Amino acid sequence: MIAEIGHFALVLALCVALVQAVVPLMGARRGNMAWMNVAGPAATLQFLFIAIAFGALTNAYVTSDFSVMNVAQNSHTDKPMLYKVAGVWGNHEGSLLLWITILALFGFAVTLFGRNLPPGLKSRALAVQAMIAVGFLAFILLTSNPFARLDPPPVNGQGLNPMLQDPGLAFHPPFLYLGYVGFSMAFSFAIAALLEGRVDAAWARWVRPWTLAAWVFLTCGIILGSWWAYYTLGWGGWWYWDPVENASFMPWLAGTALLHSAIVVEKRDALKSWTILLAIIAFGLSLLGTFLVRSGVLTSVHAFATDPARGVFILLLLCTAVGGSLALYAARAPMMKMGGLFSPISREGALLLNNVLMATGAATVLLGTLYPLIADALNLGKVSVGPPFFNAVFLPLMAPMVLVMAAAPMLSWKRGDMAGVLGRLKFIAALALGTAMLVWFLQGGSAGPWWTAAGFALAVWLGLGTLWDMAERIGLFTRPANALSRAARLPNSAWGMLLAHFGLAVFIVGLTASSAWTTEHIQTQKVGETVQVGGYGVTLKGVEDVPGPNYTASRATFEISKDGKAIGVMQPEKRMYRQPPRPTTTAAIRSGITGDLYVVIGDPDPKAGPGGGWVTRLYFNPCIPWLWAGGLLLVVGGLISLADRRHRIGAPARAANAAAKA
Amino acid sequence: MRRFLYVLPVAVFAIMALFFLKGLTLNPRDIPSVLIDRPVPEMSLAPLPGRGESSGLGTENLKGRVSLVNIYGSWCISCVQEHPVLMEIKRRGDAPIHAVDWRDDPVLGAAWLKKNGDPYERVGIDPPPGRTAVDFGVTGAPESFIVDKAGVIRYKHVGPISMEIWTKTLLPIIRELEKR
Repeated sequence: MIAEIGHFALVLALCVALVQAVVPLMGARRGNMAWMNVAGPAATLQFLFIAIAFGALTNAYVTSDFSVMNVAQNSHTDKPMLYKVAGVWGNHEGSLLLWITILALFGFAVTLFGRNLPPGLKSRALAVQAMIAVGFLAFILLTSNPFARLDPPPVNGQGLNPMLQDPGLAFHPPFLYLGYVGFSMAFSFAIAALLEGRVDAAWARWVRPWTLAAWVFLTCGIILGSWWAYYTLGWGGWWYWDPVENASFMPWLAGTALLHSAIVVEKRDALKSWTILLAIIAFGLSLLGTFLVRSGVLTSVHAFATDPARGVFILLLLCTAVGGSLALYAARAPMMKMGGLFSPISREGALLLNNVLMATGAATVLLGTLYPLIADALNLGKVSVGPPFFNAVFLPLMAPMVLVMAAAPMLSWKRGDMAGVLGRLKFIAALALGTAMLVWFLQGGSAGPWWTAAGFALAVWLGLGTLWDMAERIGLFTRPANALSRAARLPNSAWGMLLAHFGLAVFIVGLTASSAWTTEHIQTQKVGETVQVGGYGVTLKGVEDVPGPNYTASRATFEISKDGKAIGVMQPEKRMYRQPPRPTTTAAIRSGITGDLYVVIGDPDPKAGPGGGWVTRLYFNPCIPWLWAGGLLLVVGGLISLADRRHRIGAPARAANAAAKA
Repeated sequence: MRRFLYVLPVAVFAIMALFFLKGLTLNPRDIPSVLIDRPVPEMSLAPLPGRGESSGLGTENLKGRVSLVNIYGSWCISCVQEHPVLMEIKRRGDAPIHAVDWRDDPVLGAAWLKKNGDPYERVGIDPPPGRTAVDFGVTGAPESFIVDKAGVIRYKHVGPISMEIWTKTLLPIIRELEKR
């Protein structure tokens, strides 16, 4: 019964969304206030219905109602409660329901916080949100109904893919979707602005915090995903340039560019049509990500439901949304007024350079991701584009960006003084060069890869450059007595920016060190045998079977020693899940500031005889915690910036005044 | 010129969309064999030790009957998994199976058959670097080819054959080819 209510609520939501997509738009065109005002209540109602549907599916999972096909295929009574709930979005139908729930939530948020918005902009944006909702609701109802029943119901379910039964992954999709769908706000407002034919500072002031929020969520989601890949896939790697990873990384790059160009629109009234285009691209790439994952046009380790009929529908959706909005852009953007001018050496100029490099980066990732498809379609043969392509093309693009990043926040708007800024940074530059030489010397010259020196130099340049900027802003060296009070007065957005930029520097350290100096030992290890890894002695003590809630684990115990002294034990597991019967590995990780000791237990070696040896894989991954710390700083920086008074979601009164005047 | 710049994004997207449309009809997992509907490559492979002087595999041996040509090697893990299915096919007498012992030491290849059972009529040794298998378009072992009466390759299966794949996919193709 509850499942039917959920299904019916989705149908009602579709009807409401249809009204919300048409009436306010016509109202805005005719200047009819009553019609425009339909948008707010409709968005609220739509959210309510979709929330009911989401609640109904969650209820079916929590109570293990196996008469619902989706639950029977993806859940099991044995599963811990966390994964029953996470199972709601651990499958195709449920993840789409989560997607649409978040979309409706954002629409609802516009009505909650958007009281100061000009009514024309608000009603048009909500109508665009509703159009997206119509597309996805129709997709769910026509091709992917999560509430389909099974008759007779099975006694128990088939279980969730054990790889997905992990706390890191339970929260990965919601964060990712909050990011993807969060860009729909910038998108809807961009389309609304194109329809109105006007982009102003009020528009940017509204779009910026939403873009920032979406960016924070997406960053969080990507980091959670990488972290999960790092500790569950058992290879010690954390990024594979897999199509689905790229699908989340491309909107991130476009979103990062959007975040920065929106600043220019807000402060300087420039780069307007470029910012609109970025808003369309950021959401378009999010939709593309959905298409790539759901349609099966590309092979991926993530491939979960793939079905050509669904693929056609999503392609249609993608063409309407992205093709339509880009066509609108081509028609309307040339008519938009040009904004303020600036010289190439200025903060605007630096932000534009950041944008160009970010967009080029996103384009190369897109090309690399789609190239196998293009080659196949043109009969050039089956090819796969792997990490070597991305590392060789993408990373060099990012190097000049990092170079500019340290100096850009010190440049003034409109016309900057490059010589002056470089003068302020000359000690940092010297330190960066010194670091490069030191790293080169320590790794024994060309015994290691050449780019380690460059990577560390860039990290030092950006990290210390950012700290130096921070110190200068609060007058730490010039007037140390007042530094604290000046620090307190520095706006949150400045702190957020500095923290995030510093976070990227920390991330680069982790990226460089872990890519260059990971050591790997794969061997058959007998009980009692010690292997030396990264300065640690790793001794296999034994392997025992341990029961889990819905699996049986072979748990190995390793004793770790340093300089002959025992410092702890590590217990990696190899789990065999009961439903579905699939093995997973759980690595044991011992983190330190210099890196991770990473231990994986494999199968017993048949040649070694009874009680003999196990295949073990032991890694020392240098500086991996720096990656997570850097990512965390990016997120915290974003959150602090979001807490800035001027960014507070809901566009402050000044914005309303400006809009009223316009 | 400026106008063109504004149209560029939608044009690029339109081209992408065309590729996606084409992509939906393609299956990225399906690696085609360039040799489907072509005669088997010219070959004359020596027999394995202990299997008889004239039990090697040559192009001529594949004419006259519809047969399955299996690529295996004593180093190949998945072949162990597939092997009981081949033994069952032989027991039922569904179709003759020949083999190419690919990139292998003849002694090891023969010992492997002694240990796991020998379902093959003819086995030819294709020592490293394994030119003949490459001529077949093999990407890994095990792989199997259905060859018709005229010695033309009609179907390629990548990976181990399961009983289900045999009865539902491969055997119907063989029965169809036998009627011609």
